[in-house]
Amino acid sequence: MTDLSSLPPYPHRHLLGIRDLSPFDIELLLDRADAAVSISRQSEKKTSTLRGRTQINLFYEASTRTQSSFELAGKRLGADVMNMSVASSSVKKGETLIDTAMTLNAMRPDILIIRHQSAGAAALLAQKVGCSVVNAGDGAHEHPTQALLDALTIRRAKGRIAHLTVAICGDILHSRVARSNILLLNALGARVKVVAPSTLLPSGIAQMGVEVTQSMVEGLKDADVVMMLRLQRERMAGAFVPSVREYFRYYGLDAEKLKAAKPDALVMHPGPMNRGVEIASEIADGPQSVIQEQVEMGVAVRMAVMEALLDPRRNRDGHNA
Amino acid sequence: MSITVFQRARIVDPSRGIDETGTVIVDGKKIVAAGADALNQGIPGGAEVVDCTGKAIIPGLIDGRVFIGEPGGEHRETIASASVAAAAGGVTSVVMMPDTDPVIDNVALVEFVLRTAKETASVNIFPAAAITKGLDGHEMTEFGLLCEAGAVAFTDGRHTIASSMVMRRALTYARDFDAVIAHETQDADLASSGVMNEGLYASWLGLSGIPREAETIPLERDLALARLTRGNYHAAKISTAMAANAVSRAKADGAKVTSGVSINSLSLNENDVGEYRTFFRLAPPLRAEEDRVAMIEALKDGTIDLIVSSHDPQDVDTKRLPFADAAVGAIGLETLLAVALRLYHNDEVPLLRIVEALSTAPAKLFGLPGGTLKPGALADLALVDLGEPWLVREADIRSRSKNTCFEGARLQGKVLKTLVGGRTVFSA
Repeated sequence: MTDLSSLPPYPHRHLLGIRDLSPFDIELLLDRADAAVSISRQSEKKTSTLRGRTQINLFYEASTRTQSSFELAGKRLGADVMNMSVASSSVKKGETLIDTAMTLNAMRPDILIIRHQSAGAAALLAQKVGCSVVNAGDGAHEHPTQALLDALTIRRAKGRIAHLTVAICGDILHSRVARSNILLLNALGARVKVVAPSTLLPSGIAQMGVEVTQSMVEGLKDADVVMMLRLQRERMAGAFVPSVREYFRYYGLDAEKLKAAKPDALVMHPGPMNRGVEIASEIADGPQSVIQEQVEMGVAVRMAVMEALLDPRRNRDGHNA
Repeated sequence: MSITVFQRARIVDPSRGIDETGTVIVDGKKIVAAGADALNQGIPGGAEVVDCTGKAIIPGLIDGRVFIGEPGGEHRETIASASVAAAAGGVTSVVMMPDTDPVIDNVALVEFVLRTAKETASVNIFPAAAITKGLDGHEMTEFGLLCEAGAVAFTDGRHTIASSMVMRRALTYARDFDAVIAHETQDADLASSGVMNEGLYASWLGLSGIPREAETIPLERDLALARLTRGNYHAAKISTAMAANAVSRAKADGAKVTSGVSINSLSLNENDVGEYRTFFRLAPPLRAEEDRVAMIEALKDGTIDLIVSSHDPQDVDTKRLPFADAAVGAIGLETLLAVALRLYHNDEVPLLRIVEALSTAPAKLFGLPGGTLKPGALADLALVDLGEPWLVREADIRSRSKNTCFEGARLQGKVLKTLVGGRTVFSA
């Protein structure tokens, strides 16, 4: 089913977070992404869905993986893609986010993809520009396309999300991926467990719709999916956990700990991985790992999202509507 | 001198415990009579008579914590523009914080403020001087000379003194001049990169939280030092139930301790941050609803002595940023009274107590004239329609900065006239 137009139109203009989405919206995006996977697997990968549309990637944080995924997604849909590399731009000269946004807006793009170190940056941008905005990660707030690609990966492997048990392990405190995933998995009826040292849990975690544990064995018990999170290097040495060695001992995913999960449990990681810190190499490259599939689904999900946001049936003008 | 007779007003004078209908007679700069029986000698000849039926006269508000941009940040607020805003809010005196550029940490700066105020301001401006030079938390300023020059209190403004030793010496030395040390407490280390109240709400927004303990740890230290030194300590802006308990205990122990609360902590909570609304990024951060309710209780039972606006004008450019990058603070001079009156209209706090916390209590704490309608006192007062509804609109804001937490809010209680030393400085 590669005919995207057979799917119902998508009701939102921006994708700022999973919180704004209904279960129906999420399923719709996943259905569209399923169709986009087949496009990416053809030898002729280019479509004309977004021909003539302009996509700007505005990345305030370096991110090879997410930025190239969005870039490829746009190109496969036929859009003109421009990357604003912040390191070499006027942002370095002190221009504010809003001024940069207004400048870019004046170039009449159809869609802006933003990655920013501050929570709320994507929402702020969306208030000020006339085009669609996709949040590609804002501080510790949300990273909706990551949660969608994780969901797509799970759904394709397991056939569903509802009633699966998903363990999210590692630095929940600083993780936008964790927040978006908790929201999405709860919306689709999964059971969510989080495993982390208490120093890496946000305040109020028990009220976020998850079961909390400090034990990997307990957390991974009955898990259909094990999602590992990246631990930033600067957080390893003393500030949040005493050492890499100790962290890996208790929270690093190795063969022994993985035994606690269901035998067919999926192992996921949003990347980039710290091998030997949060995940052992043999697991990352092992038979249960779907880490490479996640990357593939990333392109598909981003195609689906952009194509949904710019669906002419919702928004004929595509600009300032 | 001209005589004005305000007739049939509801006279609310906490300094005498009066809330009654009567007459206020102002002769020149002073109040000559105020009360139910003020007219027993008849209306003085040649007096201007103002009928105040249905309206109230209260002592002019004394705002104990106001940040002004002059010198150094005149684009945010000048002493003149702050005074226009104050007058419109029924505020007749403001205690100005030393967080200016340069810092008010020497006699010349105090003199500059007083001179500028004399030349440009329509309300009384009383400078508070820094506790430490440059607000850096290390070296004490010249408390004696600064008091002589006209500083009414010592405070490091937005800054918290980290060193217990510096705080101990300041409290001890200030005692020799009968000066108040007013301190905002936030443990910089514990607050770290926090930008809003720690809790579920901050966690979902992905914003770093400031735990309540960041306020109470340095506060408890200060209270212990106040007991030790018998110094005059004022907890300038408390926001948590824990802090109120700590202050209450210190008072019960007989320490010379008072406390203040920002009007924002009495009227708003963390949910008002909504989707990263930077005008609600405040210090202390807006706390949970339980804390707000605890602040009201503490105001009622006298644990909290004064309500301040914590008026802090910020430029739009520094607010139109992602939440964690935005400047801290909100203006409040023009809305202070009407927002406080919500507590009266909701039957949460008696009117006399509210007016006391806004006028009589700060006058007493800082040793200022005003805060009373007693015969013989300077005629610093406000004529208020307590019930009149109004809408806060950005276009009507007189302050040079527009960063109000109350834009679009429907408030009840409008200032009709403000007198400073008998002179009308605002008339609606």
